[in-house]
Amino acid sequence: MNAVLQAANVGVRFRVGGGTWPRQRLLTAVEGVGFTLGRGETLGVVGESGCGKSTLGRALLGLVPLAAGTVSVDGHRLDRQSDARLRDLRRHAQMVFQDPQGSLDPRMTVGQSVAEPLEIFEPRMSRNERRARVAGVLSQVGLAPAHADRYPHEFSGGQCQRVGIARAIILKPSIIVCDEPVSALDVSVQGQVVNLLAGLQGELGLALVFISHNLAVVRHLSTRVLVMYLGRPMEQGGRDDIYGRPLHPYTRALLDAVPSPEPGRPARVPLAGELPSPLAPPQGCVFSTRCAWANDLCRRARPALDEARPGHQVACHRWREWPGGVPRRED
Amino acid sequence: MITYVLKRLLGAVPTLALIVVLSFLLMRLAPGGPFDEEQALPPEIKANLERAYGLDQPLHVQLGRYVGGLLRGDFGPSFKFKDFTVTELIAAGLPVSLGLGALAMIVAVLAGVPLGVLAAMRHNRPTDHAVMAVAVLGIAVPVFVVAPLAALVFGIHLGWLPVAGWAPGQWRDVVLPTLTLALPIVAYVARLTRGSMLDVLRSPFVRAARARGVPRLRLVWRHALPAALTPVVSYLGPAAAAVLTGSLVVETLFGLPGMGRYLVQAALNRDYTLVMGVVIVYGAFMIVLNLVVDVTYACLDPRVRPGNSR
Repeated sequence: MNAVLQAANVGVRFRVGGGTWPRQRLLTAVEGVGFTLGRGETLGVVGESGCGKSTLGRALLGLVPLAAGTVSVDGHRLDRQSDARLRDLRRHAQMVFQDPQGSLDPRMTVGQSVAEPLEIFEPRMSRNERRARVAGVLSQVGLAPAHADRYPHEFSGGQCQRVGIARAIILKPSIIVCDEPVSALDVSVQGQVVNLLAGLQGELGLALVFISHNLAVVRHLSTRVLVMYLGRPMEQGGRDDIYGRPLHPYTRALLDAVPSPEPGRPARVPLAGELPSPLAPPQGCVFSTRCAWANDLCRRARPALDEARPGHQVACHRWREWPGGVPRRED
Repeated sequence: MITYVLKRLLGAVPTLALIVVLSFLLMRLAPGGPFDEEQALPPEIKANLERAYGLDQPLHVQLGRYVGGLLRGDFGPSFKFKDFTVTELIAAGLPVSLGLGALAMIVAVLAGVPLGVLAAMRHNRPTDHAVMAVAVLGIAVPVFVVAPLAALVFGIHLGWLPVAGWAPGQWRDVVLPTLTLALPIVAYVARLTRGSMLDVLRSPFVRAARARGVPRLRLVWRHALPAALTPVVSYLGPAAAAVLTGSLVVETLFGLPGMGRYLVQAALNRDYTLVMGVVIVYGAFMIVLNLVVDVTYACLDPRVRPGNSR
């Protein structure tokens, strides 16, 4: 496979607690994440709020420093780069953010915002050419070229997200990291933006990292899915494996938490308890405090990320007990 | 935009009229009058004086005459500076105060904004702490302490600059008063800039710009600073009105023939016409500078552009 984005054992840590050394503590936001992504593929990253999805996305683009592991974009190592080189890599890897309106400079017209990457990376391009490129990407994302002279506050959230996408694709990157790109939008608009992303991916051969807590959207878009909990990978595999035969109890719990549209089927609460603090992760398996299947071993030793099937990895001591996937618990 | 400015200026007329009437009445409410001295004047002489200045007329007649004079551009005679009209006094003092104030404002913006930006970019590092320490000092130490100290150090010990005085064309006379006048504003502007820069640097659109590969300098000057300047600009308007019309302390301590001393002296002297004149000039500055602030907002932020009702 021709990999455009490779991550191995990625770890991100933050100092928290302010003050000076004795009172500062290290928060492990992401640990041990690895994957490979080729052209035209989409990796869906799912997990609860605060599980490190967004941090992972930022680490992939070098927006937060890596504490461990490596990230390669088109074969170039992202870590240990000077700021200038890192910026150069931004040509190839762009990001679409969660807050579409907030991510646009309110003082710039949409056209200026979309053109800015060109000004930075292709300063010799003529004004006319730049205008033409802006008009081109605007129509690619379903906006009119005339919209270029308007300001972000004149647009709806969905339109702003289209602008955000236009800005991300204008440099023809090979990778786009989408951090919850549709969670701030109305459901009807979510569909439009998701379809736009899927269409652009096909057209441009993009590799997408799609971070979301919306399992239905991830299922629609992804080729592979990474399930995270407390900053650690729980399970990773092809979309159909993850959704069809999940091998990790946490994945099962997430899937079961999706409300069913069937009438008469009561909503279940598959996950009890609070998310543990990432400052004090549980001993053993990080999920053991909330797992319905946890035993003594789970509470004592952290499971390794096993290759259960080719391309399907799971971090659970008991996955071998469930060849057809974790069974549903009908309480 | 031009119609907007004209509309605002037209709207300022009633404001100014209100200022005139209120300050006129308030001055008359204060006990005493312009001709009360420690030694009481003989009643006949006082009555004569009051008749000469029209103070024996009913209040509304006096107000009517004063406003009539104003409309013809006549601020009336000063009661205390004999033989001078208020117009002459202001014409003599205002240019000095105006020049000094303008210099101080320029220094304040050119020093305060970059210092604030620097502190924000080095947030919680030694540079930040140093800038903020100086800023707190600049705000906390009053001008009447700074001015004599500056005169002592730079004027007497180092001998670089004159201690006081004012001669045309002598730039050295201007340095110490300007810096003294500017110091608290520099400090305040630096603090405001730092605070709002810190906010803006954390906002999603700045993070998004960084992700797009916008270089650091461009990020700060092009994206973050215009957004961060709003509170600074709104502070600068009234601050400029105060500084441009003169500072009593600075002008007194450095012996400058500005307008700052007029207001306090005139109020103590019950020099009705001079107080009115200074108040009107100050009010007019306030109105114009607030208009400038609003126009600047519109330049900084497309969302508040007039006629932009979407």
